[in-house]
Amino acid sequence: MEQNKINLTIDNIPVSVEKGTTILDAAKACGIEIPTLCHLNLKGTCVNNRPASCRMCVVEVAGRRNLAPACATTVMEGMEVRTSSMRVINARKTILELILSNHPHDCLTCGKSGNCELQDLARKLNVKEVPYDGGEVSCYAVDKTVSIVRDMNKCILCRRCETMCNEYQSVGAIGSMNRGFDTTVAPAFGKNLADTDCTYCGQCVAVCPVGALTEVDNTSRLLKDLADPEKIVVVQTAPAVRAALGEEFGYPAGTSVTGKMVAALRQLGFKYVFDTDFAADLTIMEEGSELLGRLGAYLEGDKSVKLPILTSCCPAWVNFFEHQFPDMLNYPSTARSPQQMFGSIAKTYWAEKIGAPREKIVVVSIMPCLAKKFECERDEFKTNGNPDVDYSLSTRELASLIKEANIDFKALQDADFDAPLGESTGAAVIFGATGGVMEAALRTAYELYTGKTLAKVDFTAVRGFEGVREASVNLNGTTVKVAVAYGLANARRLMEDIKAGRSEYHAIEVMACPGGCIGGGGQPLHHGDFDIVKARSKALYGEDAAKPVRKSHENPYIQKLYEEYLGKPLSEKAHALLHTHYFAK
Amino acid sequence: MKVQSIEDLKKIKEESASSLKLREEGFQVSGEETCGLEKGTEHIQVLTCGGTGCKASESAAIAGNMIACLKEFGVVDKVDVITTGCFGFCEKGPIVKILPDNTFYTKVKPEDAAEIIKEHVIGGRRVERLLYVDPETNASVSDSKHMNFYRKQVRIALRNCGLIDPENIREYIARDGYSALADCLLGKTPAEVIDIVKRSGLRGRGGAGFPTGNKWEFASKSVSDIKYVVCNADEGDPGAFMDRSIMEGDPNSILEAMAICGYAIGAKYGLIYVRAEYPLAIHRLQTALTQARELGLLGDNILGTGFSFDITIRYGAGAFVCGEETALIHSMEGKRGEPTLKPPFPAVEGYRKYPTNVNNVETWANIPVIFQKGPEWFASIGTEKSKGTKVFALAGKINNVGLIEVPMGTTLREVIYEIGGGIKDGKQFKAVQTGGPSGGCLTEKHLDIPIDYESLTAAGSMMGSGGMIVMDEDNCMVQVARFYLGFIVEESCGKCSPCRIGNKRMLEILDRIVAGKGTVEDLDTLENLAKVIKDTALCGLGQTSPNPVLSTLANFRDEYMEHVVEKKCRAKQCTSMLDYVIDPDKCIGCHLCAKNCPVGAITGELKGKHVIDPAKCIKCGTCMGNCRLKAITLK
Repeated sequence: MEQNKINLTIDNIPVSVEKGTTILDAAKACGIEIPTLCHLNLKGTCVNNRPASCRMCVVEVAGRRNLAPACATTVMEGMEVRTSSMRVINARKTILELILSNHPHDCLTCGKSGNCELQDLARKLNVKEVPYDGGEVSCYAVDKTVSIVRDMNKCILCRRCETMCNEYQSVGAIGSMNRGFDTTVAPAFGKNLADTDCTYCGQCVAVCPVGALTEVDNTSRLLKDLADPEKIVVVQTAPAVRAALGEEFGYPAGTSVTGKMVAALRQLGFKYVFDTDFAADLTIMEEGSELLGRLGAYLEGDKSVKLPILTSCCPAWVNFFEHQFPDMLNYPSTARSPQQMFGSIAKTYWAEKIGAPREKIVVVSIMPCLAKKFECERDEFKTNGNPDVDYSLSTRELASLIKEANIDFKALQDADFDAPLGESTGAAVIFGATGGVMEAALRTAYELYTGKTLAKVDFTAVRGFEGVREASVNLNGTTVKVAVAYGLANARRLMEDIKAGRSEYHAIEVMACPGGCIGGGGQPLHHGDFDIVKARSKALYGEDAAKPVRKSHENPYIQKLYEEYLGKPLSEKAHALLHTHYFAK
Repeated sequence: MKVQSIEDLKKIKEESASSLKLREEGFQVSGEETCGLEKGTEHIQVLTCGGTGCKASESAAIAGNMIACLKEFGVVDKVDVITTGCFGFCEKGPIVKILPDNTFYTKVKPEDAAEIIKEHVIGGRRVERLLYVDPETNASVSDSKHMNFYRKQVRIALRNCGLIDPENIREYIARDGYSALADCLLGKTPAEVIDIVKRSGLRGRGGAGFPTGNKWEFASKSVSDIKYVVCNADEGDPGAFMDRSIMEGDPNSILEAMAICGYAIGAKYGLIYVRAEYPLAIHRLQTALTQARELGLLGDNILGTGFSFDITIRYGAGAFVCGEETALIHSMEGKRGEPTLKPPFPAVEGYRKYPTNVNNVETWANIPVIFQKGPEWFASIGTEKSKGTKVFALAGKINNVGLIEVPMGTTLREVIYEIGGGIKDGKQFKAVQTGGPSGGCLTEKHLDIPIDYESLTAAGSMMGSGGMIVMDEDNCMVQVARFYLGFIVEESCGKCSPCRIGNKRMLEILDRIVAGKGTVEDLDTLENLAKVIKDTALCGLGQTSPNPVLSTLANFRDEYMEHVVEKKCRAKQCTSMLDYVIDPDKCIGCHLCAKNCPVGAITGELKGKHVIDPAKCIKCGTCMGNCRLKAITLK
């Protein structure tokens, strides 16, 4: 018998699993899916929400007085578990009926219908009516921000959102309030979410099993604009969208659907289908130059420059450091995010090219992200009140829109992005995965700094799913140390290190969401299966490998943009259009 | 001074011994002979109860008036007025005790103080009107030894309550206080200390009855530089005040026990989690802490042994669930006071993730005396599996309300009829509720079961922390279940769905039943919900929350049936099922009822007979309250 293995039976099936395994995972190992609701374990990340509070996963353990929550009970030698005895079935159904007795019955019009874990359970457990009629139901006002909508009437108190906000992101914008039947998850003192330190990362939305947390829906607004003949509606699509959109149409996770996505957007009526990847290459030019500039000055002994330089692509991360580290605003790169660089270039350089005033152009972005909705609204990204990016839709919203427009996604012929703002390199597409921005920056920084051509463009040390990863690069004898982090709690630790003078890094990439933008708050729901997110990452690196050009500075359209319009990276014009400043909040 | 050796401790004991001796010996006296300064008694001690209950009845003013009177007569130096902790017989409080003749005065008022001093303390004549009158014999009883209330009690946890001045550590030391700690530190290894606790058979007095020694051993085996010892003083059962009384009457026993545990498990830090609604208990604990630190019995290098231990007090906001140890720990950490799943047990991962041993106040109070008298002595008291005594807060429809301590194995009948003096106003006993909101209601047929952990659980209730509420024929058992469930719904933390929603739905059903709208199916739904909640709730609070409903359904199903089928409440508590009726023979037509009826349901001429229209009546009861002739009844 192997050491550290525990032998038990589950529904009379003998199972042998690692010590410390939960009954839930042990059951899964022998093909038994125990229903769960509050449980969320993003395996491979630090996210493990197991309050064992919904009690849907209870099972019978021989010799135990009461039923055991399978999600949080670890296996023991000789354990006899029954997952579907009458006692268990009755308990499970009764609990589900109780939960449903305090949940609105508006499934038909709920945004989560068809994608709701509670709805799935109700069907699975054969609940046909909800007893306890006439009982009290929770009543809360809907709280709407520019990104996230909170409807706590639908909340089932799984507390996943709380785990994401408090533990994974260390933001603490929301937490449990009141007690007993009046318990709810809300910002402290009953404030609105907009009045908190919320970063709009949307991870609360990404994990909500029901319709209590959803994104602000911009699909109707888009349809109206597309129907307006006076408007030139252009779209940009973020790198991570193409790796996940297919899931909404039955493709296996990790299927890249770039060509069909472009075709669908064109069929929806966009006059120009561009790519945020173009702006990602532009970001590398600006941010990479900024890094080299700061590094050069630092190595020459200029102590006023701040290192490490921090990436600034992720709007949730930007919100985070503005709130949490207002005294460290000179560390992040001043480069705008790719979404905003795109908007800025589209409404200046490109607008001039096609001879249209910026007011006529509507720039829409498709993002894996909910914080991007907030970013569009930032005043510093507006010219005379006209925003560079008018509004943003999530990957999920785009999928809904494609379905609403009755487009047969699978039958679409692949199409290409429009030039010039649709052309990009392999370096840009990996922006969607954690470590991608750093890798893209290293490819360019190395060649620009050393003047040599990289023998191998892959910097695999910065890839992967560890919460914090680090790598060193030799630039003409100077060792540059970089770090990559996802999750704002990880970022917070790195920031504390910088503050305390313990940080040895020259550059740090931070993405708020698990696995980077591929795990963003606007992506198709992974329902707790982190393998889905990992598969998306594979798709992006696959696209990168297949691209003929894989370094941002070699993008001919980027070179042309500098030649025709911007001059060179960090030029005055580049500063005005592509850089920003931060606010202490 | 600092106590640096066992000799120092003995010296303090001897210094205070004479003052204590008068009391210790006096308590054994059956006072036929009255003492008095004029009779030549050299020294007299007057004890007044300084517990929260008696203080609310102005016991502080009694003591003040006595001192003023003693001054007036110039005999202050011959008479000590000592404020003690609770005597237990709260029904008859405020209580004043005179020593050495051991006279026990009841229901004393501040204006009685001078009389007691003049007549008794000086004159040597008992104040007969303030003596306890035995309800059976109608004879005055002058000392507690001859009161049924005390006869069957064995006071171990309460050994110092009502005896010493809880704000004077020297009196505690005179009662061998801190000798157990000294004994452990100087003469025993931590393993030996744990072994003694294990051998004593002491089990947790907070409710669940986990063997205390095993708990300590569990924590001692966790390897960590930092460990914590926690006193759970978050007493929350309705009507329960066992822990409060111990903290108010003998705070040092808790501190000493915690230090012993600290030594046994390797902890330097102690925390007392006490509800902020216990200001007097907090004050006494703080006083004890200050005095213990001054004497070096807490702090660094206790008794020169190198062992350091100190205690801080944490205040709870009064959430019932914070009595659950994981919730308590989270509350102390500044987090939301809600339980988390065990394992990890606090002994492995507790306060701030360090190994933590949590025991309840009463459990702590038993520890020092186990070391003083030996584990065998302790184990000789009680039943096979439940050793020692248990303190109960006896309340409800019983003659002798108060705090009692009885050996495990005492029957409910002994407690209710002998100690408790039977049911008030000669009414019929109906049920006794033990274990607080998590317990159950036991009936006549359970009265002869011995009180111990197993028997009470087997009978469908539980030991709990020691609330014991007696009910008579006027109590509607559906209403009783509804009361406890209402408490649970109020106090549920809201974390797990069965407790959060299930108890709410159960309460709604009970609301419906008492409103006369219940059905037989409701009873099945109730039973199923209760079983599922018991089977699936996350913490002890949730798992036991349906007990009041389950036990009343089991023992009083006929009452439930009457409510749902006949729409009848035999206890006449569910007003929805009753009509207010004016007895024409008694009504004199004063019109007061009609004048005060808020809905104009009563008609009748002045000096004529009045009638209530049941269709209009909202059953508020205002008429009944206003009728001076008791002509209005519920039928």
